[in-house]
Amino acid sequence: MNAALEQSYLKNPKGLTSWLFTRDHKRIGLMYLYAIMFFFFLGGVFALLIRLELLSPGKTIMSADQYNQAFTLHGAIMIFLFIIPAIPAALGNFILPLLIGARDVAFPKLNLASFYIYVAGALFAIYSIITGAVDTGWTFYTPYSTESTTSVISMTFAVFILGFSSIFTGLNFIVTIHKLRAPGLTWFKQPLFVWGLYATAIIQVLATPVLSITLVLLILERVFGIGIFDPAMGGDPVLYQHFFWFYSHPAVYIMILPGMGIISETITVFSRKKIFGYNAIAFSSLAIAFVSFLVWGHHMFTSGQSEIAAMIFSFLTFLVGIPSGIKTFNWLATLYKGQISFEAPMIYTLSFLFLFTIGGLTGIFLGALALNVHLHDTYFVVAHFHYVMMGGTVMAFLAGLHYWWPKIFGRLYNETAAKIGAILVFVGFNMTFFSQFILGSQGMPRRYYNYLDQFQPLHAFSSFGSFVLGIGFFVMLVYLVHSLFKGKTPGYNPWGGLTLEWTVPSPPPPHNFDKIPEITHGPYDYDKILVKRN
Amino acid sequence: MANTPSHPFYLQHHFSDAQQQKDSAKFGMWIFLLTEILLFGGLFCAYAVFRAWNHEMFYNAHLALDRVLGTINTFILITSSLTMALAIRGLQVNKARQAALYLGATLVFAAIFLVIKYFEYEHKIHLGQLPGKYYTYTGVAGTNPHIFFSIYFVMTGLHGLHIVGGMIVIAMMLVNTLRGKYSNEYYTPVELIGLYWHLVDLIWIYLFPFLYLIG
Amino acid sequence: MSEQHKEHILPIKAYLGVAGALFILTMVTVAVSYINLGGWNAVVAVSIASFKVSLVALFFMHLKYDNKINLFIFLIGISFVTLFIIFTMFDTLRRADIYEIKAKPIKEKAHIYERAPDDSTQQSDAAQH
Repeated sequence: MNAALEQSYLKNPKGLTSWLFTRDHKRIGLMYLYAIMFFFFLGGVFALLIRLELLSPGKTIMSADQYNQAFTLHGAIMIFLFIIPAIPAALGNFILPLLIGARDVAFPKLNLASFYIYVAGALFAIYSIITGAVDTGWTFYTPYSTESTTSVISMTFAVFILGFSSIFTGLNFIVTIHKLRAPGLTWFKQPLFVWGLYATAIIQVLATPVLSITLVLLILERVFGIGIFDPAMGGDPVLYQHFFWFYSHPAVYIMILPGMGIISETITVFSRKKIFGYNAIAFSSLAIAFVSFLVWGHHMFTSGQSEIAAMIFSFLTFLVGIPSGIKTFNWLATLYKGQISFEAPMIYTLSFLFLFTIGGLTGIFLGALALNVHLHDTYFVVAHFHYVMMGGTVMAFLAGLHYWWPKIFGRLYNETAAKIGAILVFVGFNMTFFSQFILGSQGMPRRYYNYLDQFQPLHAFSSFGSFVLGIGFFVMLVYLVHSLFKGKTPGYNPWGGLTLEWTVPSPPPPHNFDKIPEITHGPYDYDKILVKRN
Repeated sequence: MANTPSHPFYLQHHFSDAQQQKDSAKFGMWIFLLTEILLFGGLFCAYAVFRAWNHEMFYNAHLALDRVLGTINTFILITSSLTMALAIRGLQVNKARQAALYLGATLVFAAIFLVIKYFEYEHKIHLGQLPGKYYTYTGVAGTNPHIFFSIYFVMTGLHGLHIVGGMIVIAMMLVNTLRGKYSNEYYTPVELIGLYWHLVDLIWIYLFPFLYLIG
Repeated sequence: MSEQHKEHILPIKAYLGVAGALFILTMVTVAVSYINLGGWNAVVAVSIASFKVSLVALFFMHLKYDNKINLFIFLIGISFVTLFIIFTMFDTLRRADIYEIKAKPIKEKAHIYERAPDDSTQQSDAAQH
């Protein structure tokens, strides 16, 4: 046992209640991490079941109704219980105060409340799964969601509760970033992950309330038949889609923006080079946050919304490409002539760059009004958002997890095993989802339990890819758990990073900093400062 | 931690001074109010969309609401906002008893508001002017009048819930004030609930003309 | 930020003045509602309400004297709600502007078409099962 571990937040204070009632952002972040990993596993199991069912046409392992429930639960769990809280609430909670030289987030009690609200929401979601699941798709579109006999109310209520958890995290982060930065840490000396979390938090507080009211209206529609969304009573189901996507499109950027922040960190550390275009990356985060509110209608091109709205939304959608492109080019320019080292976080970072570019560019295809009508609700869309969500956010999450793992747990994982895992995940991911681009462009509709025989080879290939992906994650589970018990202990700074979290012991002590640091250099001044790995 | 002027009892360890803590708390509260605005914003959007579609029906249906009771409630809510503001002023000038009195008055006005709202609801339930599929009233001309009442009940109902929630917290603040917990040194919680209360008032200021006056 | 340690304390008169203005404006807006101005009724009502809201926000909520970032947040809230309503109305007010949409059931026998408009969802569901 080493001294840093004994004096760290992990061991001080001891006892179960000291964890359950903790206000330490690091412990809350860690509890979040365990919770989201559990739901990532659960969502992953549903994903593998879906792919197993689609291995051959017709019934393979489940009935059509069970299939509807499986894809709904996969979507709802992955989005609301895993990917939205994954980076901000788990990694962000842990790292943000360390990055800005603070002892905690601004409202520690609210932070703990946010975690328990998340748990309450998760329990409702599990309750809903036990009492008959949901078969509406994660979007809960009316009028089907008002008629379905499955437990729609408990699932929507779960999502309603989870929304508050997300709002409180966002609120906490905005105030923390504004008010608790260490002396000398000006806005433009902040690490870019902070900018990413800031932009994310803005969307969380602005968009999530609209989801809450939408779900309240949906529940009222089901319970009292208020008729606002029900076409049989003079309501308008397309209005539901407006309400839903006003939240859920920005929510896509809740998922991707913090991932982009992580990438900005790892890419400079593993290139040993100052980030290219700091201001451009910082402002493009805010630009993405703003533009995200102007484009929601591109989910509704075939819903019967007016042609004029469709044209406006299609045009505005292209704007998202600009800040995303700015970021990608800046990351590439950062790599140029850097001293790149290929540790596991960097492999995930490069995977992100590759996969997010594909995901982003196919997003531009789908934003084009005329093309969208053909590709709408096909596997092309499925492949596109998996390239963004999983190829983007999950890869960034894994990059961050591996990058900060030694800091969080004070243990080093086996680098070779990590590389093998990363490569398996990358290969499995591309096998699974690239084939779906082809399926979609050939006309395979999404959310179908059955398909024509001609699609069989590609579906089977995709399913095999998902098994490779599953093995990759299993490898990861093994070496990460192994590292917790047998891993070597890192020094303060195993990667040679310049940001503040590497100036404290791994794992950090309960109050992070003995003395609040004074910041004199930028976060990526590798051209001025020689950092030793330790 | 000793209760000294440099480190008072209310200062948490991660803030460097009381001013930073107070600014953070207010800033956080404003962000929370922002989420409230957006929450009601969804309902205002539904209102605007359906009003634009069924203008005639909305006009006819709004005549079924009691304009006099609505006006009285507006006066009451504005008065409660005034007493809330005066309560905070009372603490600013370090007159805790005066502040407690004003907080009590705020609670009374809030209760009167809810009682009037109850009589309005009861009257509507009696006439069958109910939301959605429970709507049985026949006196409103135009298509789908039940949608107006759906929107009316959801908006005023959500607003009413906010009043009830606010009353609970104000009652807690009242108890704390009487116990001498707040002074001109530290009254941030009262200030925050004040902001919340004014927001509830703000929302009513929009709800009232939309529902009762123009329909 | 840290310079303004002392709060700005308004005199009681100021609060009473603001409340008085709010009362008068309420009476004006109610009075106007009894006069039929056609479309202008809505304009007058929204303008007066917005003016009242500004008074409450600036004085009761101290935004006039507070850190300007709080005012900024308040305005962001209002503008995003406005944006939400306007963009939604690009759709709802403009349907069938270009192509004529003929409403026809996709599946004539679907049970939602058999239901009378005032019939409840629950009842028809119960009848089916």
